[in-house]
Amino acid sequence: MTTTKSEWESVIGLEVHVQLATKAKLFSGASAHYGAKPNSQACAVDLAFPGVLPVLNREVLTMAVRFGLSVNADIGKRSIFARKNYFYPDLPKGYQITQFEHPIVGRGTLPVITEDGRNLSIGITRAHLEEDAGKSLHDAFNSMTGVDLNRAGVPLLEIVSEPELRSAAEAVAYLKTLHALVGYLQICDGNLQEGSFRCDANVSVRKKGAPEFGTRAEIKNVNSFRFVEKAIEYEIARQIQVLEQGGTIVQETRLYDSAKNETRSMRSKENANDYRYFPDPDLLPVEVSQAFIDEVATTMPELPWQKRLRLQQEYALSEYDANVLTSNKALCDFFEEALAHTKASAKITANWVMGELSALLNKNNLDIEQSPISARALGGLLSHLADNIISGKIAKTVFEKMWSSGEEASVIIEREGLVQENDSAALEKVIDELMLANPSQLAEYRSGKDRLFGYFVGLVMKQTAGKANPAQVNELLKQKLAG
Amino acid sequence: MTLSIKKVQETAYLARIAMSDAELNRCHHEIEQIFTLIDQLQAVDTKGITPLAHPQASQQRTVADKVTESDQHEKFQALAPAKQLDYYLVPQVIE
Repeated sequence: MTTTKSEWESVIGLEVHVQLATKAKLFSGASAHYGAKPNSQACAVDLAFPGVLPVLNREVLTMAVRFGLSVNADIGKRSIFARKNYFYPDLPKGYQITQFEHPIVGRGTLPVITEDGRNLSIGITRAHLEEDAGKSLHDAFNSMTGVDLNRAGVPLLEIVSEPELRSAAEAVAYLKTLHALVGYLQICDGNLQEGSFRCDANVSVRKKGAPEFGTRAEIKNVNSFRFVEKAIEYEIARQIQVLEQGGTIVQETRLYDSAKNETRSMRSKENANDYRYFPDPDLLPVEVSQAFIDEVATTMPELPWQKRLRLQQEYALSEYDANVLTSNKALCDFFEEALAHTKASAKITANWVMGELSALLNKNNLDIEQSPISARALGGLLSHLADNIISGKIAKTVFEKMWSSGEEASVIIEREGLVQENDSAALEKVIDELMLANPSQLAEYRSGKDRLFGYFVGLVMKQTAGKANPAQVNELLKQKLAG
Repeated sequence: MTLSIKKVQETAYLARIAMSDAELNRCHHEIEQIFTLIDQLQAVDTKGITPLAHPQASQQRTVADKVTESDQHEKFQALAPAKQLDYYLVPQVIE
């Protein structure tokens, strides 16, 4: 698609459905646990049997208030559940219980740092409680649709942003921040594959400087950060192309097809925009007292942006390092635990957690919680490095052995005799011998071929099986080679 | 407020209710009567009165986050017109 993109500005607002990590459902005592046998966790309330009444799970109020406090939002002290009416087989009641006019969380702001280091403050319009629908399976049964209602009634917090995001990259930065936040708050397991964190994107474009928003399209249910970025980029390009060819954008719902990398109109939704909301007569207004809000406030964890600042101030880490470490609560916890058990500096520890460890975890498709090397064990390894007992190079070897054997660093270092040689007399002897054995290279070096310094370093490391202290090797070699 | 037959048809479609012309006409008439009642209610001056979300002046009761239901899908599915592999089966309605 060729477009003169620079004249256009995109306007993006996101609606994120966060599945709250409760044990039971929003209005019933059925389990909300993921992955059970179809329909084994759908009770009479979830199935909308006649005569059943919904009763509110208290825990969701705590979780919603936690979220509200974290983004400095107004808490709705009196919120009301409404019925959103539409027909679909995975919605047995024929309506979804949600909050419409009076949500539990009002206006707030989320601080976001973009990939290129810009600080944004994105407005949160509202966040409201609602129940999830069941799941339809379209392909498995001969011309019929299979319905699994285990998910029906699972609590969701729908978090709506202001249309203040201006690119797909900003949208992804917002999503990643929000994803980390709900993890810190321990209100959501954040599992994207299982649909615990789902995103709808409202996308429109307008000429730069135009006061009015363009007509928007809503892209539904994209469940990975990469696909959100691609779907939004595709949609922006599509809308610009339509407008530049003199067409108009229709307000509609579009579905992202990751296999084809395109968005498609969902025609079935065209007639369904009249949801006929009204207050649910089965549910009374929900009142949240100031005492309850104050109590929740005392249980608030350190938030990612507070942690980010602390890491910079307390450990003198760069903004970038602090940002990477706090992008995931478990990663940051790991870093701080390793740091508490090591003599190495914060910077060295951070480098190892973000570098060697993260690389191996990625390669093996593991989360930080599944790391075969504990934070304490990594701290132990780095202490040996800080004490000059092993070199950085040997540390990497020991690290890999710890990964596969689960042994402590000290055990491996001792058994395999990997202790660094800090004996300068022994090292001098090695260097003297190597100089004698390589007279032509020595002569070349002395006549100005500085590059050969590395050659000698390599020889020394080889001769000492990597156990020489690199700093010491550099220093001694410089002296000796200079003659 | 007047209601067109077309609106009734659209509403019936949203609720997936098939209606004959006779039924549509009857329903149209009945809903119009309800609307007349609503018009009467709308005429009442409610200035300065907080909207009421529920006739009971009380607040929602809550329960602890505890799983209290057991798996009874066999009993529930005994009532379903079609089922397979523990799924409820319904006619395909999606594009």
